[in-house]
Amino acid sequence: MKPEWQDFVGGKWVGEVNVRDFIMKNYLPYDGDDSFLADATQNTKDLWEQVLELSKKERDAGGVLDMDTKIASTIISHGPGYLDKNKETIVGFQTDKPFKRSMQPYGGIRMAEKACSDNGYEVDHEISEFFSTHRKTHNAGCFDAYNDDIRACRSSHVITGLPDAYGRGRIIGDYRRVALYGIDRLIEDKNEQKNSTGRVMTDDVIRLREEISEQIVALKHMKQMAASYGCDISKPAANVQEAIQATYFGYLSAVKEQNGAAMSLGRTSTFLDIYAERDIKNGTFTEGQIQEFFDHFIMKLRLIKFARTPEYNSLFSGDPVWVTESLAGVGIDGRHMVTRSTFRFLHTLTNLGAAPEPNMTVLWSTRLPANFKKYCAKMSILTSSIQYENDDLMRVTHGDDYAIACCVSSMRIGKEMQFFGARANLGKCLLYALNGGVDEKTFKQVGPRYRKCEGDVLEYDDVMVKFTDMMEWLADVYVNTLNVIHYMHDKYCYERAQMSLHDRDVLRYFATGIAGLSVVADSLSAIKYAQVKPIRDENGLIVDFETTGDFPKYGNDDDRVDDIAKSLVKQFMTMIRRHHTYRNGFPTMSVLTITSNVVYGKATGNTPDGRKAGQPFAPGANPMHGRDTKGAVASLSSVTKLPFEHSMDGISNTFTVIPGALGKEDKVFVGDLDIDLSKVEQ
Amino acid sequence: MERIGEIMQGRVHSIESFGTVDGPGTRFVVFLQGCPMRCSYCHNPDTWAMDGGKMMTVSEIFEQYERNRGFYKEGGITVTGGEPLMQIDFLIELFDMAKDKDVHTCIDTSGIAFNRRNTAFLEKLDTLMEVTDLVMMDIKHINPTKHIELTGQENENILDFVAYLNERNVDVWIRHVIVPGYTDDNIDLYHLGYFIGQFYNIKALDVLPYHTMGVSKYEKLGIPYPLEGVPEMDRDRILEKKQMILAGIKERRKIVTPIHNHY
Repeated sequence: MKPEWQDFVGGKWVGEVNVRDFIMKNYLPYDGDDSFLADATQNTKDLWEQVLELSKKERDAGGVLDMDTKIASTIISHGPGYLDKNKETIVGFQTDKPFKRSMQPYGGIRMAEKACSDNGYEVDHEISEFFSTHRKTHNAGCFDAYNDDIRACRSSHVITGLPDAYGRGRIIGDYRRVALYGIDRLIEDKNEQKNSTGRVMTDDVIRLREEISEQIVALKHMKQMAASYGCDISKPAANVQEAIQATYFGYLSAVKEQNGAAMSLGRTSTFLDIYAERDIKNGTFTEGQIQEFFDHFIMKLRLIKFARTPEYNSLFSGDPVWVTESLAGVGIDGRHMVTRSTFRFLHTLTNLGAAPEPNMTVLWSTRLPANFKKYCAKMSILTSSIQYENDDLMRVTHGDDYAIACCVSSMRIGKEMQFFGARANLGKCLLYALNGGVDEKTFKQVGPRYRKCEGDVLEYDDVMVKFTDMMEWLADVYVNTLNVIHYMHDKYCYERAQMSLHDRDVLRYFATGIAGLSVVADSLSAIKYAQVKPIRDENGLIVDFETTGDFPKYGNDDDRVDDIAKSLVKQFMTMIRRHHTYRNGFPTMSVLTITSNVVYGKATGNTPDGRKAGQPFAPGANPMHGRDTKGAVASLSSVTKLPFEHSMDGISNTFTVIPGALGKEDKVFVGDLDIDLSKVEQ
Repeated sequence: MERIGEIMQGRVHSIESFGTVDGPGTRFVVFLQGCPMRCSYCHNPDTWAMDGGKMMTVSEIFEQYERNRGFYKEGGITVTGGEPLMQIDFLIELFDMAKDKDVHTCIDTSGIAFNRRNTAFLEKLDTLMEVTDLVMMDIKHINPTKHIELTGQENENILDFVAYLNERNVDVWIRHVIVPGYTDDNIDLYHLGYFIGQFYNIKALDVLPYHTMGVSKYEKLGIPYPLEGVPEMDRDRILEKKQMILAGIKERRKIVTPIHNHY
C-alpha cells in the first residue's frame, strides 16, 4: 500500500484501476441529519462576493466579460488563474483568469469565430487561417460527408440540435482516478493498454493505438497544468483537499479542451467522503475546513464557461454547462450511498446560494435514509435547485457506479460513454406524413414523395400507416447523420482528456432522441377519438386542422392515449435499432428536452392536437401544458408508463409546483398540528 | 344500505390526484359538484351549481385510486366540493368501499347540511361517521350575523355539527380562513377559540391566509367577485391570528394564560 492510502481497506482497487471497488470497500453510509454542517467561512464569503461582482460586470457587459481570441485552448495553453490566491483552497480556471472564455476551434472554426464576433470580439487572423487551411475541424469534416437528404433535414429542423458544429459532450471522465491513483500510475496503465492491442493493424487497432497515445499526452499535460498551480498530481492524493483538487484538475482538463453540450462531473461525493472521514478521524481537518474545500470546489464548477453563440444560448435557454454531479443512490450490496459529503455538496446551495450549476442530481431510491430525504425536500423547497432521478430503475442496468451526463443520460463511470445525438422532431414527422414529405413551413419537398393523406376527415389507420413509413425514413436519415458526426468528432475533435480516464474498452451508447412526444400522442388521439378535419391551402397542402369532439389527452393516466405514447417510443426505437451504428454503438433513445422544446416548437407548424404553429412543445416527456387536468399523480403516471427499455438514454419530466400547493407557505399548517393544550406555545 | 339492481352515481366536479393540503399525507381528492353556500371568498365557484359535473360510480372513482395507490400510502381519500354532504348517499357508498380497502377517509365540509331535527339525515350521517376517519370543518365565522354576511347562511347548524362530531368522537381538523376586514377581528377569533375549546376531538387547527387565486374563475364564469379589492392576507400575521384562537381555546379549558398584547 502506498503511504497516501494508509488506513484504507485494500482490495482489488490496489492492483488495478478500479475506483468502484475502492468506494465499496471504504465508504461509510451516513444516516444522520444535517445538523453537523458548517457555515461558510469568511474566505468563502469574500471569494463569493468577488464572484458576484464579476458576474454583475459580465451581465452589464452583455453576457461576456472577456474572451481569448489568440490561443486555441488546450490543457496547457494557459498559465494559472486565480480569484484570490491566498483565499482559494481549490484552484484552477479554464484560462489565465476567471470569467475569461477560452477559444475552442477544433469543433468548428466558424462557430468559434461567430461566438467571438457575436460577443464583440474577433478571432486572431492567424488562428482563423490555420483552422480553415491547415487543420481541418470536426464541422468541416461533417459537411464534407453529408448528403442532400441530411442537409435538407438539417435545414428544415426535422432533425435538429445536432452536434456537428460544436462539441458533442456527454462523456464523463472518471476524474476520481486522478485523485486515487495519481497521473503516473494512470500513464503506466495506459502504456500497458497500448501494449495489449491486437498485433494485426486493422482500422480498429490503428485507431485505438492512436487514441491511447493521445490519452497519454493528455495525462502528461494534466500533470504539467497542475504543476503550474504548484500541485503535484503525479502521486495519489493524501487528504481530502488534495483529492478534491486532483479530481477537479481532471475535470478542468476536459473543459479546457472540450466545449461540449454537457460536460458533467460524475459521481464524486461518496468517493471524496472517504478522504473526508479519514481526515476528520485523524484530526487533519475540521468540519469547517472540509466544508470550505467543498464550497470552493463548487464555486469553481459554477465558473466553468464557454464561448457560445446567441443561437446556441436560445436553443438551451441560457448558457448551461451541465456540470452534473450524481449524488446518493443505493449500492448493489444493499447499502445506501449517502455520506456526510453528500450533505456537504447540497449544503453549498446554502453557503453559496441557489444556482443551476453544478446540476445536483439525487439518484433517488425509496431506500435512501429518511433524514436525507427530509434534507432533500427542505433544500428543494428552499432552492429549487435539485434534480431527481430514479436510481431503482437505473441501478438494474448500470449498477452502482454510474453517473448522469447532462440531465438524464446514465453511464457507468470510466466504463461507458455516449455519442450524443440530439433529437428527431416527431411532430414535424407527423406533418410530413400527412403532406407526403413536404415541409409545412417552407413547402419544400424534404421527406420522400409518399402519398399524402386525402379526404375531408383524417382516418386513424390511414394516418398511422403513413406516419410509420415516414418515421422509418426519418430514423434512416437520422442514424446516418449521427454516424457521420461521430466519425468526424473522433477524428478531428477527440476527447483525449476524458477518454484517458476511461478503461481501454468502453461501451459506447449511440444516443438518439425524440422531441414532441406529447404533441404527437395527443394529435393521434384526436384523430382516433375525435374528428379532425384537415384544412388545406391552395396547393392542397394541409396547413391547419379543425377538431370537433373531445379526446383523451396524455397526462391524465388514461390508457387510451398513454398507450399511443408508449407504442410511439417503442416503435421509433425499434426503427433506430435496425441501422448500422458507428463503432457498433449501442443504440439508445431519450425523451428529453428541458429547454429546447421552445425552439422545436418554433420550427413546427399547426398540429392536429390543436397546438398552433410556433407554440412550444412540452419539455421532454411532459404532457402538453394545461392538458393534464387530474393533478400531479395522474400526470406523472402517464409519464411513468413510457418504457425505459426503449428509452434507455432517459425520460425527463419537468415538474413545477407552486410552493403553496405543498403547504409550505402556510407555516401554521403542518397537518399533525398538536393543540394539546399543555403544549400550546405562547 | 340497500341497493338492488341499481348503481348509484355521484356528481363529480373533478379529481385531483395529488392533494397535499387536504388532510394527512398525499391524498386522492374528489371534488363533488354542488354547494348551497355562497361564501364571498370561495375559490371554487365552479362547484356551486347543483347540476352539472360528471356522473361517476364509486367503482369508477376507485379504479383511478387503485392505479396509483402507492402514492397514497401515508394519505388516503378526501372528499370535498362543493359541499360533499349534499350527496351523502353517494358518500356513504364511497367510504364503505374505502374502508373495505383499508383507505383513510376524510371529508372536507362546511357542515351546512347538518340539522339535528332532520332525523332521516341524521341516521345517514351516523352511518357515514362509522366509515369516516377525519372531518375537516371549515368554520367561516363564529359571529352569526357576520356569518350570514359572509356566506349567505346561518352558522347555528354548522356549530352544532362540531358538537355532534364531538359526541360521536370523530377526529376533526378545524380550518379558518383569515380575510382582511372580514374574519381577522381578534375578538371574533378569540370567541372562535373559546367555542372550539369545549371539544376534545379537535386534532388540528389550520389557519389559512386569504388568497386571490380564485378570482380568475369568477371572471371565467362571469360572476362579479364579491371581495373585489380586498388584499391578500399577510402571511406573516397568520401566526399572530392563530395565537388569538389558541388563547380562546385555553381560556375555555381554564388554563390561565392572559390574552397578551397582540391587539
